[in-house]
Amino acid sequence: MNKPVNQKAWFFVLPVLVLVAFNAIIPLMTVVNYSLQETFGSNVFLWSGLMWFEELLRSSRFQDSLGRQLFFTFTILVIEIPLGVIIALAMPKKGPWVSVCLVLMALPLLIPWNVVGAMWNIFALPEIGLLGKTLNSLGFDYNYTRQTGNAWFTLIAMDVWHWTSLVVLLSYAGLVSIPDAYYQAARIDGAKSWAIFRYIQLPKMKRVLTIAILLRFMDSFNIYTEPLVLTGGGPGNSTTLLSIDLAKKALGEFDLGPAAAMSLIYFLIILLVSWVFYTLMMRNEEQ
Amino acid sequence: MEDPILFSFKWWIEPLGTWMAWTRITIAFFMFLAFAISCMAMWERAVPGGAPRHGVFAINTTRGDRLFISLLGSAFICIGWLFFFGAPLWGALLIIVAWTVFVFRYV
Repeated sequence: MNKPVNQKAWFFVLPVLVLVAFNAIIPLMTVVNYSLQETFGSNVFLWSGLMWFEELLRSSRFQDSLGRQLFFTFTILVIEIPLGVIIALAMPKKGPWVSVCLVLMALPLLIPWNVVGAMWNIFALPEIGLLGKTLNSLGFDYNYTRQTGNAWFTLIAMDVWHWTSLVVLLSYAGLVSIPDAYYQAARIDGAKSWAIFRYIQLPKMKRVLTIAILLRFMDSFNIYTEPLVLTGGGPGNSTTLLSIDLAKKALGEFDLGPAAAMSLIYFLIILLVSWVFYTLMMRNEEQ
Repeated sequence: MEDPILFSFKWWIEPLGTWMAWTRITIAFFMFLAFAISCMAMWERAVPGGAPRHGVFAINTTRGDRLFISLLGSAFICIGWLFFFGAPLWGALLIIVAWTVFVFRYV
């Protein structure tokens, strides 16, 4: 039997194609063009070839900000994923407290990013902030505006506060979708709580956890507003992540060529890691 | 200013106005990408057989996936070459050809 062919469907895809072209493809093509040229403003372009890429890849400034970015992303993933799972496991699965817990968990996610940065900026101030003042009165020498370690501690604490909820909600959704029969079978076999977690809950949460890791990786690798408002990349350059460095280069120094080269490398790293996660996710599904 | 000779290096890199800062060489690059994707479509139409295959990386890939992997890999080969040896990219190009053949044959 011949299948009817209706090409009209392509017209329905057209608006999406136009939208994607204008918000992704054309800007990306422009970035490629800029990355190979030098401009001093007033729309005069000079060919520079691969010079910006070479300079950038070998510059310690780029390597340092990439290193800081990787460290930041790795640290928050190591903290947020297990913490999110633990909180989800501890949350009630039935009864009136379910809604209360879910609302409380969702609250940090509803706050705009720049407000989170401003909140933590004030909260952690050593003289007047609740966190800063408390830590100092407990005998800790805490000042995130001057000390690198403290700035990193505050930055990571802020991200954990803001985004662990996402992991919690995803893990919780994975947990409540496990049929009761699995737990009953485990009880009959006399399985301990660790065995239940290891052989029932964790495998059933695998998919949502992969999505959680992917989302948190992409978000944390793109993070800009919160650290900018909290530390402004300081003290010195100690919390200047890749996105802040890129914005400094493109908007602060108006170095459009190197900034475009940096954007492309940044984009390729995100694309590679996202593809790896996507492939792993698909492989899990096939298995 | 003197017009560059047709197909000379200067001709390829000459700025073509201000909108999107195009040059002929970057147009050629994007045309190559579009051509590669069109070739894949024509290949699939002429010889259907793009069902997923289990390759050496232990992942299922279609022909389109293999094109994506070879392009993404090529970008990183260029980045690596620029970091270790710098421009020009002729050496990287050889590795890219070998990588693409490997991906389409075995991945």
